[in-house]
Amino acid sequence: MRTRYYERDAFPPAVAELRRAYRVFVPVRRGDFHAFAEWDDSVRPDFDYRKTRVPPKGLVFPQSERLLVFSTDERDPEHDILREAPKDFPPQAVVGIRPYDAMAFRVLEVNFDTPEVRDPWWLRRREATTLIGLARADEDATMFRTENYAGPFDERGLDVIVYDLGRGYLAKALGEKGEAALAAMGGDEPAADALREVEERIARAATPELPAGRLRAQPAAPELPTGRLRAQPVVPLFEAEFWDEVAAPCLNCGVCTFLCPTCWCFDIQDEVRKQEGDRIRNWDSCMFPLYTLHASGHNPRGKKTQRVRNRFMHKLKYYLDKYDRGVMCVGCGRCVEACPVNIDIREVAARMNGFGEQVERHDR
Amino acid sequence: MTDYTDRLRAAARRLLGEGRVDCFIGYRRGSLPLAAQPAILTRAEQADSLIWDPSCGMNLAHYAVGRADRIGIVATGCVSRSLVALALENQVARERLYIVGVPCTGMLDAGALRRRFPGREAAAAAYEGPRVTIAFADGNEELAVAENLARPCRTCAHPNPVVADEMLGEPVASPAVPAVPEEAAAAEARSAAERWAYFCEAFAHCIRCYACRNACPLCYCPTCFVDESRPQWVGKSSDPTDTRTFHFLRALHLAGRCTDCGACERACPLDIPVRHLTSRLNAEAKAIYGFEAGLDLEERPLLDRYRPEDLNDFFK
Amino acid sequence: MIARDRNPYLPYPVRIEEIITETGDHSLKTFKLVFLDPADEARFAFLPGQFAEISVAGKGEIPIGIASSPTEKGYLLFTVQKMGVVTSHLHSMRPGDRLGLRGPLGNWYPWERMEGRNVVIIGGGCAFSTLRSSIVYMTDPSRRPKFKRLTAVYGARCLSLLLYSDRLDEWKGEKSGIDMHVTVDAMQESEPRTPRWQCHVGFVPAVVKEKIKDPTDAIVILCGPPAMLKFTLPVLKEAGFADGQIYLSLENRMKCGIGMCGRCNVGGKLVCKDGPVFSLAELGELPRET
Repeated sequence: MRTRYYERDAFPPAVAELRRAYRVFVPVRRGDFHAFAEWDDSVRPDFDYRKTRVPPKGLVFPQSERLLVFSTDERDPEHDILREAPKDFPPQAVVGIRPYDAMAFRVLEVNFDTPEVRDPWWLRRREATTLIGLARADEDATMFRTENYAGPFDERGLDVIVYDLGRGYLAKALGEKGEAALAAMGGDEPAADALREVEERIARAATPELPAGRLRAQPAAPELPTGRLRAQPVVPLFEAEFWDEVAAPCLNCGVCTFLCPTCWCFDIQDEVRKQEGDRIRNWDSCMFPLYTLHASGHNPRGKKTQRVRNRFMHKLKYYLDKYDRGVMCVGCGRCVEACPVNIDIREVAARMNGFGEQVERHDR
Repeated sequence: MTDYTDRLRAAARRLLGEGRVDCFIGYRRGSLPLAAQPAILTRAEQADSLIWDPSCGMNLAHYAVGRADRIGIVATGCVSRSLVALALENQVARERLYIVGVPCTGMLDAGALRRRFPGREAAAAAYEGPRVTIAFADGNEELAVAENLARPCRTCAHPNPVVADEMLGEPVASPAVPAVPEEAAAAEARSAAERWAYFCEAFAHCIRCYACRNACPLCYCPTCFVDESRPQWVGKSSDPTDTRTFHFLRALHLAGRCTDCGACERACPLDIPVRHLTSRLNAEAKAIYGFEAGLDLEERPLLDRYRPEDLNDFFK
Repeated sequence: MIARDRNPYLPYPVRIEEIITETGDHSLKTFKLVFLDPADEARFAFLPGQFAEISVAGKGEIPIGIASSPTEKGYLLFTVQKMGVVTSHLHSMRPGDRLGLRGPLGNWYPWERMEGRNVVIIGGGCAFSTLRSSIVYMTDPSRRPKFKRLTAVYGARCLSLLLYSDRLDEWKGEKSGIDMHVTVDAMQESEPRTPRWQCHVGFVPAVVKEKIKDPTDAIVILCGPPAMLKFTLPVLKEAGFADGQIYLSLENRMKCGIGMCGRCNVGGKLVCKDGPVFSLAELGELPRET
């Protein structure tokens, strides 16, 4: 297992070395927020960032992607026959991805790579992607832990983990992809004290203290309360009375789903310009009524409560039951931060988890 | 401003308790220190969950649309204007509304605070009079609310409810407001090419989540034009042309209807200045027709009326 | 099922061979499709109850149940109701036009369980298509001995809205191997078609009550509009059918058809992949949200 040490100033040039063999995506500041962007000469990476506003999910599962192409020109012997849109999948490295966003790909993969069918675009782009993660104990107050996010040093989703030690970075390869990337980055063998410091930092994080600046007077659990969910029978939970109250403030916008690193729903649309056609996949949102509207006008989730309930049930119950790999959430807190009406998954999870039990709900 | 909380709770308790209304729309404390959550109460005992402070910025008029019951609602100037506009468009019935008016001194802009304290995270906020104290991990900051207002509040000409069934306080003085909002004026100074470049850049990172549309109380169409499939007016991908078309058309649909509450910008997860487009149209409506939406229950909406003296030199 | 190594989004090119207008109001047409590459037919091995995504280039895709039987070789039949963007365009197309076809998708009626048993088929309206497939499949001389008594109840609003009139004549015949009951909600005064066989007048549940009385060793497969299901299921239960004996085919809005795009879920189940056929017992364990 290759480990390398970089002085603080030496890290960006080492990452730049990757550009010889990879398309390199890095966090950049964009207005008030950060976003992942391809590192070309017009952008400057900012590895001191904490969280991107839009997750890097789109680097493997783009918001809009041309899947198939066709011609509607009847003079073309191949007219109206759909074929794969020609594209290549060059190696790409996502440098500075945080562990929760990396874990999100593991949450997503069960949808796109299944025992029966496999999504070819997901597979190829995922295969071409190397995740070089940034580990630093700087979780903000909207974040929390789940089975799919064990904290800022969670290396499960990564190919390389890079510990920020302040004066420099210590990088550790976590598999073949990571070995290759780290070899391309160069760097020095770490000194013993750097390795020891990493261990200390991990040990400190393993006994989670409340991150500084927690929200409430009473401590909010850093773990998303989901322990009782697996045992909850699905139908009574679905029929629970609290859903109307949870959904009441919801505006039915797509913020929570579009900013979610683990939401995968999509729509497929045909677009034709002159006689050249594309079949395009776009992110969709279960918050939109159109998502489930039948051509007949019937809508099984025509009401706001039904849609809000489906979102939380999918994330915290259906996914859990179906795949047996935790809840469909990596605790990034983006939905908590960005919801215009402050619907908070931590509170919803607590209600679902406590359903059927006489729990004392603390007043807000 | 906080003194209104007690009066508001008393009003809601009385209205629900006496059966004067079936529900009461207000705000309760959110889970984040600078957030208030819209709440729809149905029982008098819930009244104590209501709050009133400068975090109560999301326009509540949205929640009055489509309800068949008798609604109590707390309203500032902009919420009341939205209700008037909605009543004129038959989306709410004035006689089923009981408006509890609050003279408004403006709401905080969470985005501005984020910019002001980059990298620091608010752990709690306490409001007292015109000041707010924000607790950060590394110490408290005390600020004047008036210096950290959301953009529409900075140029608000109608801070007092334009219609109310009872008022929780004495009207506040309307601030001196520029004839053309700052954003619109800034746009005015640019050339067409510069404006286009600005627009393309400002809206480039839109993710089409439609939070701006859904937060807008006046965007109540059962099927928005972007969701129509027969015909399909706008493509659904993140193609920049489609994204721009959405924003342009949405703004135009609000011409003469927008009450400039800023819910669109408040809801945008990417801080896109969505309101620039509508505020420009508002300035136009005021300059050409002397019209501001939602001020008068007796005055038909701008695009729903004709006067001989209306500007008509666009006829060539 | 689509082979795992195949791009599941890529349709097989097909040609419209024939279009049959099924109903007097022209709202339902059956499209006879043939593969442009005959080798694709073998790749498209299916069982009755499955569906496919029909693809109109430039308009999109639509999930439609397969109306033909695997025993009908050389072509596929799809009965399509004119409804949304894609189906409306389909209805304007002509023989010779090209379409795409993705599938076969979803599960099928419980053929292993049905073999050696009595089978009851209940259908209403345009949802009869996969039941047509099933009846043709079961009554094919090569397969008929595998089943015991076959009984079917099929209803439409009026005679002119009955599908597959050519087949109905055959199924009503004495040697068809199936006891077929056809019913219409009401007899119109000026019916364009006068069947040679006896037709009930009344709703499907009433005919089921009269004709389907023996749950012994039987499996019921049902497909029809919500109202039909709502009133037929209690009749079956009253007759003694258990939830595990009754299978329904569901419809939901779908896009991908392969369990990835998310929208067709009922609780944790995806109608496109885990369905469209569910037993009543399975549905009882799912949230009620159809």
